[in-house]
Amino acid sequence: SNSSLESNLEGLAGVLEADLPNYKSKILRILCTVARLLPEKLTVYTTLVGLLNARNYNFGGEFVEAMIRQLKECLKVNMYNEAVHLVRFLSDLVNCHVIAAPSMVAMFENFVSVTQEEDVPQVRCDWYMFAFLSSLPWVGKELYEKKDAEMDRLLSQTESYLKRRQKIHVPMLQVWTADKPHPQEEYLDCLWSQIQKLKKDRWQERHILRPYLAFDSILCEALQHNLPPFTPPPHTEDSVYPMPRVIFRMFDYTDDPEGPVMPGSHSVERFVIEENLHCIIKSHWKERKTCAAQLLSYPGNNKIPLNYHIVEVIFAELFQLPSPPHIEVMYTTLLIELCKLQPGSLPQVLAQATEMLYMRLDTMNTTCVDRFINWFSHHLSNFQFRWSWEDWSDCLTQDLEKPKPKFVREVLEKCMRLSYHQRIIDIVPASFSVLSPANPVCIYKYGDESNRSLPGYTVALCLTIAIKNKASNDEIFSILKDVPNPNQDDDDDEGFTFNPLKIEVFVQTLLHLAAKSFSHSFSALAKFHEVFKTLAESDEGKLHVLRVVYEVWKNHPQMIAVLVDKMIRTQIVDCAAVANWIFSSELAHDFTRFYIWEILHSTIRKMNKHVLKIHKELEETKARLARQHKRRDSDDDDDDDDRSSDREDGPLEEQIERLQEKVESAQSEQKNLFLVIFQRFIMLLTEHLVRCETGGIDVFTPWYKSCIERLQQIFLQHHQIIQQYMVTLENLLFTAELDHHILAVFQQFCALQA
Amino acid sequence: GKELRGVPAAMSASGTLSILCSDSYADLSQYRDQHFRGTRYDQERLLRKSCTLYVGNLSFYTTEEQIHELFGKSGDIKKVIMGLDKVKKTACGFCFVEYYARGDAENAMRYINGTRLDDRIIRTDWDAGFKEGRQYGRGRSGGQVRDEYRQDYDAGRGGYGKTVQCQ
Repeated sequence: SNSSLESNLEGLAGVLEADLPNYKSKILRILCTVARLLPEKLTVYTTLVGLLNARNYNFGGEFVEAMIRQLKECLKVNMYNEAVHLVRFLSDLVNCHVIAAPSMVAMFENFVSVTQEEDVPQVRCDWYMFAFLSSLPWVGKELYEKKDAEMDRLLSQTESYLKRRQKIHVPMLQVWTADKPHPQEEYLDCLWSQIQKLKKDRWQERHILRPYLAFDSILCEALQHNLPPFTPPPHTEDSVYPMPRVIFRMFDYTDDPEGPVMPGSHSVERFVIEENLHCIIKSHWKERKTCAAQLLSYPGNNKIPLNYHIVEVIFAELFQLPSPPHIEVMYTTLLIELCKLQPGSLPQVLAQATEMLYMRLDTMNTTCVDRFINWFSHHLSNFQFRWSWEDWSDCLTQDLEKPKPKFVREVLEKCMRLSYHQRIIDIVPASFSVLSPANPVCIYKYGDESNRSLPGYTVALCLTIAIKNKASNDEIFSILKDVPNPNQDDDDDEGFTFNPLKIEVFVQTLLHLAAKSFSHSFSALAKFHEVFKTLAESDEGKLHVLRVVYEVWKNHPQMIAVLVDKMIRTQIVDCAAVANWIFSSELAHDFTRFYIWEILHSTIRKMNKHVLKIHKELEETKARLARQHKRRDSDDDDDDDDRSSDREDGPLEEQIERLQEKVESAQSEQKNLFLVIFQRFIMLLTEHLVRCETGGIDVFTPWYKSCIERLQQIFLQHHQIIQQYMVTLENLLFTAELDHHILAVFQQFCALQA
Repeated sequence: GKELRGVPAAMSASGTLSILCSDSYADLSQYRDQHFRGTRYDQERLLRKSCTLYVGNLSFYTTEEQIHELFGKSGDIKKVIMGLDKVKKTACGFCFVEYYARGDAENAMRYINGTRLDDRIIRTDWDAGFKEGRQYGRGRSGGQVRDEYRQDYDAGRGGYGKTVQCQ
């Protein structure tokens, strides 16, 4: 309750004041850390600082100086989110009579003047603008009362900046392509609307808890400090500013007609609530029970529909583009904890949210649909898959490629992975069987006597017997020697040029024998690694291995994914082969299925991790060499002769050279992978666009929407790596001749950090 | 330090901002494998850098594939080793999950531990590392010790406990 908070604060201020002589630096450090890391409780701590300042003016001054130092540090090391918290804390200190309002306005004037800088990325100006605007809910009233003319000037400068800044990036970050029922605004636009409304309401803000109000008589006696003039650190090559965002909204006051009214989308209350809830998640993401409890005990429970805000904020993070702030599975588990704590109310809100998301699937970004699928299936698996599927029967009458039936199919497939096939058949109404996943059984083409006319059938039989009798790799090779090569007329090979039939017979037979479990299959890959490597030596060989794996396991996408993963890790196939396979015509039928993209992104991630790993090795070896040199330099009084020190260096220097080559080759492989992927996308999309144009049909089919959003997804999910290739991409692939539909994706991506 | 409502204990003179670095789900539990060969110190050192989790309270029918799907949500899995009845060589309700990266195992401890697989609340704990032989139950009948003595009926774990069954 408020009165106990107040008496606690008073008590604590007294204790800390007494501690100041002995623990001043520690207290300063703790308060600075809290300011940076506990923004949801900022007004509690600004009050505390206010009380301390009233008792000890010097301490207040030292604290402000420490905060400014910390702010500069954060900006230097690109910790922009934490810097915003510090700015907000400083601005609330004006309310606590620690900082003089005019000096705060002066700092904001310096922030806003960043928008006048030339040749700087827009995201830099955006941040300073955001830091200014997002502090106004806390301090707007006070600043306006003291310095209205200056504030008006700042606000009009803000308005003109927001009008002229470019927003090409926005479509790439929106969760839905439609504006109804809620437009997804660019974050600065939304905040500006909120501040404008706040100003119109004469800066009356009633949501934020302000403990300092109760101490007004003490605080107004305190002497205030002036902020030192603050020059924003200049833009450097190493500066990395936060990405722009789109504000996710799914609820409004009509969604909870019985409860308290949800603040409107342009009310400053909405902004503060959302900020605070996001901050709570950021503070407690590792502790799910604490996080859930803190969210549910957010003050104002009876005045705002808190459950709706919480669910909206969680989905906002889950669906955030490019990526959620935290690992996806955290949100699933957090929602489960929330349901446990509020079993009478939260599950209903969640069900309502799920229903709304389902209704809007037609315009939902494909990447967000992926996350929705993962979340919903995992959530259901914790609640015995109970769901009112009949409510979604409308999807049964639609084309299977449309978003709604597609979503249900993918959800059921994921649910099956977490349970088993019969379970899924049991949990859905019979009418949904058309959307049920296939029974994940292996398809062995040589399995039936009726297939004995197939080429390679007898060899397959031979192989089966041999493998069951624990044959060695050599024995397998000699059996395979008898397999004719359909690609060649004469038998000129030493046995090991690309022979698709050999690959087919071997891979089909082995995978069939090892079909029992993942472990069985992995053992098989390991045991016959040599055979695999030889058969798949050429690029065509690698591609064909992947094709056969697909033929055998097309009913079991999960198995395909783990086999591809293993084959990459054991270097039976490489990443480029997987990319080419995914874009091959054999896979066209499955091209829009979720598991394909899971495989591709997993492949890209493996490539990225590989590059990082070798790079790390290189840096570590260089560091070792440097340490060795340093040791030698400090020992140069010893009579080590030069030759022995060279000898010590030798192996390390050799290692560094080798690692350098390895890094370069890995980076080149990585770049090549992305180029292959982009190239194939361009080819595929161009084909479709041309076909539509000549045929006079609408470009925007479900396939096209899915494909173009998958291209966007590549850019977004791996944006840091891809930024290295901008010049190549611009000059080689995303040139002006490209169809504008495809080029737009590239331009939106460029705009993200522009 | 003083515990004051509304303000965390963090403000005590001890100075630890424990509320901000708390990570209780990923901490070591009280359990130590009694069959571990080595000192307590060795064991804890291994536990603190391990990428392997023990997973318990599985149904006997839960498959490697299901485990892979669920635990894959916190990162790339290196290996799943199913726990087996020493006599029957069939699944007996536990397994090991090894990740490539410790961070992925930590996330499993934070977000998969205590949630359901095959409708059962599963439990995960740090493991010092798989060694041959550890995939077998240590109960006298071949399964896990907990299934020797339990009194309740658990359809997913062979029904009644072994001692009850022998009555």
